[in-house]
Amino acid sequence: MAPILIVFGPLFAAAFAGFFGNIIGHRPAQIVTTGFVILSALLSMFVVFPDVAFGGHVRTIDLGTWINVGDFQAGWAIKLDTLSAVMLVVVTSVSSLVHVYSWGYMSHDPHRARFFAYLSLFTFTMLALVTADNFLQLFFGWEGVGLASYLLIGFWYKKKSANNAAIKAFVTNRVGDFGLALGIMALFMVFGSVNFGDVFALAGDNADTTLSFIGMEFNAIELICFLLFIGAMGKSAQFFLHVWLPDAMEGPTPVSALIHAATMVTAGVFLVVRCSPLFEMAPMTSAFVTVIGGTTALFAATVGLAQNDIKRVIAYSTCSQLGYMFFAAGLGLYGAAIFHLFTHAFFKALLFLGSGSVIHGMSDEQDMRKMGGLYKMMPGTWIMMLIGTIALTGVGFPFAMLGWSMGFLPDIGLSGFYSKDAIIEGAFIAGEAGKSFGLFAFWIGVTAALLTSFYSWRLIFMTFHGKFRGEKHVFEHVHESPRVMMIPLVLLAAGAILAGPVFKGTFIGNGASNFWSDSIVGFEQVEGDYAAGDHGEGDHEEGDHGEGADDHHDAVETHAAPADDHGAAVDDHGDAAAGDHGGGHHDVPTWVILAPFFATLFGFIGAWWFYITKEGIGARIAAKRGPVWSVLYNKWYFDEAYHLIFVRGARGLGDLLWKIVDVKIVDGLGPNGLAASTMATARRVAKAQSGYLYHYAFVMLIGVVGLTLWIVAGAGGQ
Amino acid sequence: MFGQEGALSILTFAPTIGALILAIFRFTSRADDQELIDRNSRHVALATTVVTLIGALFMLADFDSSNPGFQFVHEVTWLESIGLGYRMGVDGISILFVVLTAALMPICILASGAIKKRVADYMIAFLLLETMMIGVFTSLDLVMFYIFFEGGLIPMFLMIGVWGGANRIYAAMKFFLYTLLGSVLMLIAMIFMFQETGTTDITVLLQTEFGRDAQTWLWLAFFASFAVKMPMWPVHTWLPDAHVQAPTAGSVILAGVLLKMGGYGFLRFLLPMFPDASLYFAPLVYTLSVIGIIVTSLIAFRQTDIKKLIAYSSVAHMGFVTMGLFTMNEYGVQGAIYQMISHGVISSALFLCVGVIYDRMHTREIAFYGGLVHRMPVYAALFALFAMANVGLPGTSGFIGEIMTLVGAFQVNPWIAFFGTTGVILSAVYMLTVYRDVVFGEMTNPKLETIVDLNWTEIFILVSLAIGTLVLGLFSTLITDVTASSVDALINQYNAALSATAQ
Repeated sequence: MAPILIVFGPLFAAAFAGFFGNIIGHRPAQIVTTGFVILSALLSMFVVFPDVAFGGHVRTIDLGTWINVGDFQAGWAIKLDTLSAVMLVVVTSVSSLVHVYSWGYMSHDPHRARFFAYLSLFTFTMLALVTADNFLQLFFGWEGVGLASYLLIGFWYKKKSANNAAIKAFVTNRVGDFGLALGIMALFMVFGSVNFGDVFALAGDNADTTLSFIGMEFNAIELICFLLFIGAMGKSAQFFLHVWLPDAMEGPTPVSALIHAATMVTAGVFLVVRCSPLFEMAPMTSAFVTVIGGTTALFAATVGLAQNDIKRVIAYSTCSQLGYMFFAAGLGLYGAAIFHLFTHAFFKALLFLGSGSVIHGMSDEQDMRKMGGLYKMMPGTWIMMLIGTIALTGVGFPFAMLGWSMGFLPDIGLSGFYSKDAIIEGAFIAGEAGKSFGLFAFWIGVTAALLTSFYSWRLIFMTFHGKFRGEKHVFEHVHESPRVMMIPLVLLAAGAILAGPVFKGTFIGNGASNFWSDSIVGFEQVEGDYAAGDHGEGDHEEGDHGEGADDHHDAVETHAAPADDHGAAVDDHGDAAAGDHGGGHHDVPTWVILAPFFATLFGFIGAWWFYITKEGIGARIAAKRGPVWSVLYNKWYFDEAYHLIFVRGARGLGDLLWKIVDVKIVDGLGPNGLAASTMATARRVAKAQSGYLYHYAFVMLIGVVGLTLWIVAGAGGQ
Repeated sequence: MFGQEGALSILTFAPTIGALILAIFRFTSRADDQELIDRNSRHVALATTVVTLIGALFMLADFDSSNPGFQFVHEVTWLESIGLGYRMGVDGISILFVVLTAALMPICILASGAIKKRVADYMIAFLLLETMMIGVFTSLDLVMFYIFFEGGLIPMFLMIGVWGGANRIYAAMKFFLYTLLGSVLMLIAMIFMFQETGTTDITVLLQTEFGRDAQTWLWLAFFASFAVKMPMWPVHTWLPDAHVQAPTAGSVILAGVLLKMGGYGFLRFLLPMFPDASLYFAPLVYTLSVIGIIVTSLIAFRQTDIKKLIAYSSVAHMGFVTMGLFTMNEYGVQGAIYQMISHGVISSALFLCVGVIYDRMHTREIAFYGGLVHRMPVYAALFALFAMANVGLPGTSGFIGEIMTLVGAFQVNPWIAFFGTTGVILSAVYMLTVYRDVVFGEMTNPKLETIVDLNWTEIFILVSLAIGTLVLGLFSTLITDVTASSVDALINQYNAALSATAQ
């Protein structure tokens, strides 16, 4: 019952608010939508997640048949395994906080009921996506979140820019969906089913199957994974298909936090991890995933350096962080990818909602060049943004990992530190172990960490420090946000601080292989190395659990027993891994562990120098409009190039096909020539007759029937 | 009710009876009772079509979907010596088209409020058209099929020519010429078939094997007719003109039912009767289909007239149908039937959406509109749903047809699916663009300031269709269970015939 309520509660609320919002008014619509989503969140966190992830109560609830043609069968279902349970928690918790926040943020909007209906509709489709047990339901959710995103980006439908951004988002996503749909067709061709269970079970038997596609012969599983990943690239705004995400910031800020940071854009990562049994068998595609992820991580970070719109900086940051998740997944570090997805959801939603609080306080100003020194007026928001930034940049010190704990010092840091460092180090280990592009990913991860630190602190310094650079009347109205907006920020900040340290052991540490069980296949092989690497510090992590998270105490206790049971297995595996790599984490050199730390530090120092010590130097660089700055500021000219090739191309081709091919050639040669002569005859005849068109028509009908009968009768008489 | 022989004939000719009653009224009343006649004719027509719909639904309820053969067969010998007979029946392939036709008819009558001149004549034409359309799907005799198939042209021709827009004569002529020229070839082919077999009984012809060469010529002749009806690129150019000039209800019938006659013809004649030729020509059909999908989508993107845009979009969606049909696997064929039914609902709804604003403003220029959502929120919401359905969003019926035909095509040759799937991107481009330009944005045209939202009749019509597209989008077995056994039989027979000639 609980899972059904979690998924369908938001749908009911969306329908209620959407259909009756105008009749019953805003407040009931807000109460119903927020209430149902909070209920979903509570049930997810305290009922379903412990039951599924720690209780091992993995199951699929069948709700009905959607498509049933031959072997092409897809049902409506709620699949509950650890992966979907984690996603349930992420989606419902961030969604409920965003609902609450929107009470304050949207309080002046006349169409609030519609806004909340869309938010809840989004929540439903996202839940349908993550709980799918077949590729078609996943596609339903996939396009459903695209629809919700389209509606919410274009929520302020009077703005031309918002409408265009909404279309751009939908169409770019459709380009990705083109790949995803073809991927589904291909896997149905190979496996004869679209159900996750069937497909993954048959993956091993089809390792050498080949498939001919667009004139070439491919390994079937490589091809399928490649096509699926095209879909993931669209939804998760990866290089080449990233162009929609920054423009999506036209939507209200709570939307950016929920859809374009915490949940929808991570669906691509979810897809890759969900299909880990396939990707494990597709080394070439996995390498491609690594390269695209790494490129995006670096590319988006560079663009983030030169943006002035506070939301766009965070948008590019999201793009970049998604790149991290992808190269982790590409290297087989699925647990680390989902762990980063999990922590990122909290701190990125925090940053977006914090920036929303700034925008709200600044009378809808988004340009950081017109801000400055806000920390005095908005101390609460400032602290929240600081927490988000520290979490995002991954500030922390790996005492324990370096073996410098002296018996009591654990790793100290916020969420991003645990998840991002896990990815960076995992990339190094994978690279050392011979995974393609592992070291490439490692270096990109370190470089992007430096850039992340720079642009994040640049944002903080430009917004909250220095002198106020905006207009006077705006300055006079700057105010801290109301409590209804601050409470979600505080809760997200708690998540940003705790999600990393509390769940580290569970997601990527000792308990990981037991925690994920069957939901991520291939976990033991690759993640095991990392688990083994950390194994020596197991005691400290247990300690962390106990101290840091009293509120998670129940969860930890439930978790403790199976973890112990499984301990032996992990030990065995650890030994095996030790044999391969010469023992535990010691094959990760100290400099590798310290590299992200120093990258972050240098980024901070750089930002400090540019925006505090030499305040104004950034603006002077921008004013010069040098080539490097121009390329970054103009986002590497992607929009311009795409506009030229695709938009103008489609227009030109459409006109050509219509005005030349259809009108001039087809019509000109065919019917118009005929019609012209017929019409001329008809006009001459018409003069002599009654002129009513339908008289001719009936004559024709009678003629046709008569002719038919005559011919048939005549033929029969022979 | 449907256990009785002749029930299918009653269903088919019920609208004709309504038309006769109207005609008697019309010609016996005095001229100054015009207003009374007009009002009454609306009521009579509506009652007739509703009764027909109820009958069709009863038939569907009585239909045994596990039986792949023809049901409710009604046979009357007539000119037996020459093999001509009156034969009717439905199977899993045709019955849903009968229901679709019967369901769209009351909607058309209700949507004809804007028709003010010659209302009784209009209704008579409409009811005759319904008989013709149902007759196409229920005939089991070549001659009857041909009469219904061509007879349907006449009322449609009239509807465009008499009640159409400014350039109606040109459009009506183009429509008529195109379809008639195709039909003449089909007629010749039918005569040939009769000479070969000595019968016009479709059930017998379905079991007849024609020689290879004969198949090729017969296939081409039938194809000429059905491809025009469909319409397939490049013989589609009559459709945009016909739609633009037709009154709203005419467009609904044109897109909702008349186009499906082409697809039905493929299913009933081309594929089962000429399997060798179908296999031989399949690459041609695939090529024309994907060209149609891509080209007409691009053309739709550049239209300045909303109705023309939707007409071109119809051509693109019919491309999925022809692509699916010739795959001759159950995914492709079932998907094609699904796509036809779904398109019947969605395109009807979209033409009605255009009709709503045309009735108010008397223009279909996209540039004239903008910002309608401010004055017409209910309209905006329903239009959005149908636009998304046209785009093939999962959860609407449009998705099922597209994905199934594409899955079928992929099995045959991934190239086809590759190009076909680009239609998924392009449909989003043109549909979202037109929606933005018409519904969103600031309301800059002062003439729109007095435009009013939907009235209750319009809400009723559009909500019914909205429920239709959503229900079919979420529970596709409602349709595929009905069609499954007949489609399987068709495919089995096709494959058997192919392997027989291969030996």
